[in-house]
Amino acid sequence: MTQIIRDRAIVDDDFVHIADGAELSGKPIVSLARYIKERDSLRTLPALGVRVPPDKLPADIPDLGRLTLIALELTKFTEGRPYSVARMIRQRYGFKGELRAVGDVLRDDLRYLERCGFNAFELKQGKSLTSALEAFAELGPTYQADANEPLPIYRRR
Amino acid sequence: MYQYDDYDRRIITERAQQFRGQVTRRLSGEITEDEFKPLRLQNGLYRQLHAYMLRVAVPYGLLSSTQVRKLAHIARTYDRGYGHFTTRQNIQYNWPKLTDVPTILDELASVEMHAVQTSGNCVRNITADHFAGIARDELEDPRPYCEILRQWSTFHPEFAHLPRKFKIAVTGTPGEDRAAVRFHDIGLRIVENARGERGFEVLVGGGMGRTPIIGEVVREFLPKKHFLSYIDSILRVYNLHGRRDNKYKARIKILVAALGIDEFRRRVEEDWEASRTPELELPDAEIARVAAFFAPPAYESLPASDPTRIVLGKDRELGNWVRNNVVAHKVPGYSAVIISVKQKGTPPGDVSDTQMDAIAGLADRFSFGHLVVTHTQNLVLTDVKTSELPALHAELRRIDLGEANANKITDIITCPGLDYCDLANARSIPLSLEISERFDRIDYLNDVGDVSIKISGCINACGHHHVGNIGILGIDKRGVEFYQLMLGGSPGNDASIGKILGRALAQDEIVDAVEKVLDRYLTIRESSDERFLDTVRRVGFDPFKVAVYGSADPLEAGAE
Repeated sequence: MTQIIRDRAIVDDDFVHIADGAELSGKPIVSLARYIKERDSLRTLPALGVRVPPDKLPADIPDLGRLTLIALELTKFTEGRPYSVARMIRQRYGFKGELRAVGDVLRDDLRYLERCGFNAFELKQGKSLTSALEAFAELGPTYQADANEPLPIYRRR
Repeated sequence: MYQYDDYDRRIITERAQQFRGQVTRRLSGEITEDEFKPLRLQNGLYRQLHAYMLRVAVPYGLLSSTQVRKLAHIARTYDRGYGHFTTRQNIQYNWPKLTDVPTILDELASVEMHAVQTSGNCVRNITADHFAGIARDELEDPRPYCEILRQWSTFHPEFAHLPRKFKIAVTGTPGEDRAAVRFHDIGLRIVENARGERGFEVLVGGGMGRTPIIGEVVREFLPKKHFLSYIDSILRVYNLHGRRDNKYKARIKILVAALGIDEFRRRVEEDWEASRTPELELPDAEIARVAAFFAPPAYESLPASDPTRIVLGKDRELGNWVRNNVVAHKVPGYSAVIISVKQKGTPPGDVSDTQMDAIAGLADRFSFGHLVVTHTQNLVLTDVKTSELPALHAELRRIDLGEANANKITDIITCPGLDYCDLANARSIPLSLEISERFDRIDYLNDVGDVSIKISGCINACGHHHVGNIGILGIDKRGVEFYQLMLGGSPGNDASIGKILGRALAQDEIVDAVEKVLDRYLTIRESSDERFLDTVRRVGFDPFKVAVYGSADPLEAGAE
């Protein structure tokens, strides 16, 4: 089983990425396109994740609040849109489920991703999860409000 | 100036530690050069033609003498004995070793400095009017807001991977723009509304580069308490909708132009309504806390004195320097002094370690221990007693920094050009040196008056050629360096973008052409009070085409 980081711990991934057209198994993560097409049948599943490409906004994800997991794709590590989308999903839509970063996910972006509301991370293949865990301890203090901290520095100093 | 508290100190110290770890992982091969690139860029470390270049942030251009001594020490210890002041009020070192950079960052952190976000696709150093706090025409000191913005932008989690870099400038002088706010991604002008309340006029989408655009007003009056949340919304709209498929179309100016300012504004306001919370409002107490760091120094009560009268002696060099490099101060008996870093034979903006140490000493002796870097690559001692100008000038001459050419034709802005930069098409520093040598006649400089020459070695426009009264752009014609000559640009309140005069000129023609343009100006200006820029605007290009190309005919002038 693949391992991921969830809530700052290394855990076995209990979800399975399902390709479009492939048969469902386990707790599936399907593409946004497939979710939209097969929504009526998929929504009866006890657990469902949806994988969202970086050019989509929260409004493009129907019934967002009923999903177990939303995986935002960082197609390249320089792809910055999911950072804003994640904050909107958490702060405006109040999403409480798992928000997972997938794709070109690198250690040195984890803190920023977490501050934008991601709580789970599939690291880029071949990258050390143990080394990545250390990243959460770097750059402790922050100036801005974020998805987890409603107060900016000037209200906490 | 602003002093770090434990919080600020921890943030900068931990950043230096983090970068040490990143360098270690790069050297061990745990991360690839491609993966290291955005990490080093967010710490101001570029790879240039010959070596790494480290760009150190000078927030809104303000330095203490202690910091200047540290910069001198770094130049001496880890570089080749000099630093280069940039058009964004920063300083860069051209020859540091990668393995030394973490230690350099530790050294910087010890004097409350850093290289955070001086490159990469993130919010860059916040720049400001270099006469902030002392200008007679200033409405309010912009530096407290710059510092608040510096903190807001530092490691902003949402905006670390923008489509492209993002530059913000602030001015507190509505009447005269010395910060080029109309040529920034966001420009902020402190203004007063009809009810006498202070706030910001917010401009967006200005910039130079390949597509020069003058910024447009996205909001006429933004109350101070909302300024961070509103800027967050501008950045968010840009982060989500700015183009990412083509780096030359990725700046916010392209998005604003594509959507139109009205639709852009609508999206920003919509996001702002959805995202602003009472917690994000900036309390007056915080503004007051930060502003207290920028309180005026302990000025003596002195009689008003006209500097030109004090020094009307036989020392012509001093007289010229006072006339050109000394600026009126809001406090009687004090003056601001522009130290020209445009010395003959030295690339614009370059200062040696010994000069830096000496400047730090002069700042302590004459100007309350502070100085300012300008976006024209000069330095300013902001608070000099007018009576001490002769003594200061004598000291500056001793370290070869007494040049009397502020705002004159030899006060040139250049990019590093082909000598250092792998993007450049042509050399720009040798050209600026040639111009300084050609016009090394103070009477001619004074006669021609205030003219800005700005040189870029390629269309990325790091030398701001679009807004030079005279702009020079290096291009490549089948492997040979050529230069386009542009006239009529201005970065200020009367912002305009220069236009190409005619066909590109060869290396041995360009300085002659500049001289012909200036000579023509001298013969056709209405009076010696008519500035070069005003003459160009009044008469148009034809007289200058005739001067340079022998004809105003577009075919012979080779319009291209």
